[in-house]
Amino acid sequence: MSKSFLSNNIRTLRFHNNEMTQQQLADAVGVSRQTIVAIEKGKYSPSLELAFRLAAAFNTPIQDVFTYTPEK
Amino acid sequence: MSSLIDNTNKMSYQERKNIVHIVGSLLITGTYFWYITQSGPAPDLSTEELLKFWAKSLLVLIPVSIVGKIIVHIVFSITNAIATRDHKIPPTDERDKLIELRASRNASWIFGAGFIIAMGALVMDASVTAMFVVLICGGLLSEIFDNASQLYFHRRGI
Repeated sequence: MSKSFLSNNIRTLRFHNNEMTQQQLADAVGVSRQTIVAIEKGKYSPSLELAFRLAAAFNTPIQDVFTYTPEK
Repeated sequence: MSSLIDNTNKMSYQERKNIVHIVGSLLITGTYFWYITQSGPAPDLSTEELLKFWAKSLLVLIPVSIVGKIIVHIVFSITNAIATRDHKIPPTDERDKLIELRASRNASWIFGAGFIIAMGALVMDASVTAMFVVLICGGLLSEIFDNASQLYFHRRGI
């Protein structure tokens, strides 16, 4: 599996949004809970559409949800 | 037993489904293969009759496989609903579809390799029966590899 340079703070954002559960977030963006788990652990990079839906679920700009750090 | 149930509960629906499909494929193809080897072919068949026998066996394997898998899936769904007390089947999202595609690609490689080995066996003067056995084994292995790949990707990430 190739290394991903995409990191996120979805877990933190969930906590600050009324301690939203992974299942609640999954239902809000239309994916399974396992997908949310995989994204939080960095084991899956979401599609652009899903990334925007996640940002919209937190009412936050996408760059505050995901960070891209290319290897130098 | 309770630790087995605990470990199974920690698995996602997709992971449990893939394990069940692996076991199902082995049972269905293994049982059918055992049945056709019990009933024939006779040792004195001509090459043409042997080809017809195996072609008929492979064609019958298709609907047998389909029906068998439907039954396995129904039994799994019922058992899963009873064991987890969750009657909702999780939706297939983009990650699941990506995993299915990657696993399917891996399985195609295995099937292709099985086909080439089967043709190679014929070139090396193996019997027609041996060729078809290799083809069936290649098909079974590619199916198992498909489900095993999906299980791996669900566990380790993609």
